Amino acid sequence: MVVPSLKLQDLIEEIRGARTQAQEREVIQKECAHIRASFRDGDPMLRHRQLTKLFYVHMLGYPAHFGQMECLKLIASSRFTDKRVGYLGAMLLLDERHEAHLLITNSIKNDLSQGIQPVQGLALCTLSTMGSAEMCRDLATEVEKLLLQPSPYVRKKAILTAVHMIRKVPELSNVFLPPCAKLLHERHHGKAVGLPILCFSSVDKRIENWMGTPAYRRRVAHTHRHTRSRLSCPWPPPFTSPTLTPGILLGTITLITELCERSPEALRHFRKVVPQLAQILRTLVTTGCSTEHSISGVSDPFLQVQILRLLRILGRNHEESSETMNDLLAQVATNTDTSRNAGNAVLFETVLTIMDIRSAAGLRVLAVNILGRFLHNSDRNIRYVALTSLLRLVQSDHSAVQRHRPTVVECLQETDASLSRRALELSLALVNGSNVRAMMQELQAFLESCPPDLRADCASGILLAAERFAPTKRWHIDTILHVLTTAGTHVRDDAVANLTQLIGGAQELHAYSVRRLYNALAEDISQQPLVQVAAWCIGEYGDLLLEGNFEEIEPLQVDEEEVLALLEKVLQSHMSLPATRGYALTALMKLSTRLRGDNNRIRQVVSIYGSCLDMELQQRAVEYDTLFRKYDHMRKSEGHF
Amino acid sequence: MIQAILVFNNHGKPRLVRFYQRFPEEIQQQIVRETFHLVLKRDDNICNFLEGGSLIGGSDYKLIYRHYATLYFVFCVDSSESELGILDLIQVFVETLDKCFENVCELDLIFHMDKCNCWVIDEASRRKKREAQRHQQVHYILQEVVMGGMVLETNMNEIVAQIEAQNRLEKSEGGLSAAPARAVSAVKNINLPEIPRNINIGDLNIKVPNLSQFV
Repeated sequence: MVVPSLKLQDLIEEIRGARTQAQEREVIQKECAHIRASFRDGDPMLRHRQLTKLFYVHMLGYPAHFGQMECLKLIASSRFTDKRVGYLGAMLLLDERHEAHLLITNSIKNDLSQGIQPVQGLALCTLSTMGSAEMCRDLATEVEKLLLQPSPYVRKKAILTAVHMIRKVPELSNVFLPPCAKLLHERHHGKAVGLPILCFSSVDKRIENWMGTPAYRRRVAHTHRHTRSRLSCPWPPPFTSPTLTPGILLGTITLITELCERSPEALRHFRKVVPQLAQILRTLVTTGCSTEHSISGVSDPFLQVQILRLLRILGRNHEESSETMNDLLAQVATNTDTSRNAGNAVLFETVLTIMDIRSAAGLRVLAVNILGRFLHNSDRNIRYVALTSLLRLVQSDHSAVQRHRPTVVECLQETDASLSRRALELSLALVNGSNVRAMMQELQAFLESCPPDLRADCASGILLAAERFAPTKRWHIDTILHVLTTAGTHVRDDAVANLTQLIGGAQELHAYSVRRLYNALAEDISQQPLVQVAAWCIGEYGDLLLEGNFEEIEPLQVDEEEVLALLEKVLQSHMSLPATRGYALTALMKLSTRLRGDNNRIRQVVSIYGSCLDMELQQRAVEYDTLFRKYDHMRKSEGHF
Repeated sequence: MIQAILVFNNHGKPRLVRFYQRFPEEIQQQIVRETFHLVLKRDDNICNFLEGGSLIGGSDYKLIYRHYATLYFVFCVDSSESELGILDLIQVFVETLDKCFENVCELDLIFHMDKCNCWVIDEASRRKKREAQRHQQVHYILQEVVMGGMVLETNMNEIVAQIEAQNRLEKSEGGLSAAPARAVSAVKNINLPEIPRNINIGDLNIKVPNLSQFV
């Protein structure tokens, strides 16, 4: 039967040939119509080809939900070709929200129990990607059976599927804990007995058969070549048991980690295997054998990292386990080759583990020093991870991280946005009572030159730190003022309220504050938070402003007219927000009692705003006007509001 | 856990999109676009880590990416994954793709069909057919490396062996669907001698069908 629509390669070409979005849409819509038609009455043997076209279209963002039922049909077919495409479709197109997803549960069940290995692999993959809670509950026993099956390919997939199932349905931890323990015990057993048992008994026919293979002989020869003496490595490297591959071990460790994170009993149970894990890790680190899983000379770094992570969870808050790990961690930290990325990955994980468990003091110092060294590394990725790790440690080991403060501050100058962001977070975390002045200087310098997306975080960080550690009130006011002038538009809304409260509470600084704010306002009336605070301050302490003598800063001769002119400017400026205008108007009103001159000017301005369109301003203006007209006689008796 | 794996070209066109966490379709596309814009802004000599966009999950997630000539490979991960480890994982994935597709230039060709214009027609059509199949292959290869958001296997040889076994299985089944096509071409090649239009044997009168339409 001739398929009337395009083949996938032609479809791709046509889509690429389309010059506009509309053209592309047209091509795709036409093709989707063909696909729909072929689903209805096309050749079932070629159905999988139609579906692959649909996947391509789906990736580009076009709707593809009409392919869902086809996926189900393909999964139910007996051909591997169909199942492959069908399962991929299930992963791409189906999810928990569609009722159709439960329909594949039966197919998956059949495939898991009776399918050939590749088919079992596909079913497990699909289950671990889109398996919902109901599906997981239904299929838990099937997956459990597959955990202890002979084929390593299926086993490793079953293990990771188990992890997914536990995440979806935490109660299933009880189902998977026993097989998990068995897996690790099996692996330990396999290693400890190694060659002797292979020689003396034919307990496991598979192992014996395998021993006769050239692969095994090559492995042994390879091992003997690379070890100092035959006795030091009397049996083959640990992972040559035919049933326990590094893939399975990686999966097992992941599963144990998931179990331990979820249940305290699992944690207690698996603490017993810390020595075994340590042994596996030790072998990985010290073995010179280049296994197939090594990357840039480091044996299976992925497995090493997983084991270290598990050790971290097991050793946390537990003296005994931590003690068992001390030597091992020191060994890993010193033996790992750090010239390549893989070694550094392992080293970082080691450092994090050392810091998280109850390790020896000397070891902790070593760890922080390693991080400090990495801060100077030329590779930016390393510096980034070093900063991230230090950030994690700053709460628990504050003093150790403080030692690296100068380097961290240098990192603020990085052109790389990711790095400078990390450096900023870390710098803010490192501010304390003793270094606050120096740090603030650095941070304020940074604020002036930092990229826009970091400004808000930097500004609020500085303000928070200033609040916590300000040595004097005056320094605090200065700091806030500086932030408002540099990055006024990026501060949070409560900064204004905080500052007014601060100034109001510091009586001795009223004169100082009002002068500084007046100067700042005179220079720039665009930064709204600054303008608001300045207006409020001038209104409250206008008399102090006009007094003219204040020891610490140069005397400022300001006359009333200038002050009023400035406030009027704020009122009239198009840059001022309504809230700001409110502040300015109220300030003017307050000044009418504080200034010695007559109030005609103020009165004029206030009455203009009696007809302002803004409701808030209009209301205020009218009220103030009333005060002028009806209650002017009270002005003499009252000094201040 | 790995939340998503995205591969797109320098113009932001997606080449592989795989999510391990459920998002509705529109959000998926938005994430691809947002990720592309974030990654495009990065120079080549700065670090390979980016704090994630707002859509994909907030402060716990980051984007770890590598740029190979015309393609960006982006893995979106949460804080439980080792950043440097994921960099190595991306490398393993790309090297595996390289191995499966014979060499990197051909890999590039999946996504640059313009390059095949200079070749002879037969060659081009054969390559086009391979390229179309490759889009599926990339998915299948990825399935052997990362499953359910977790690292499954990092040994390249292991992965390639599995993929080849599965492809062989598919090909052996494919014999069935190719049969009709083969039959047709076989008939076309029959060297038909002169046959009578009618065969008369006693009472039987057989009208021989006209086979010329197959020739």
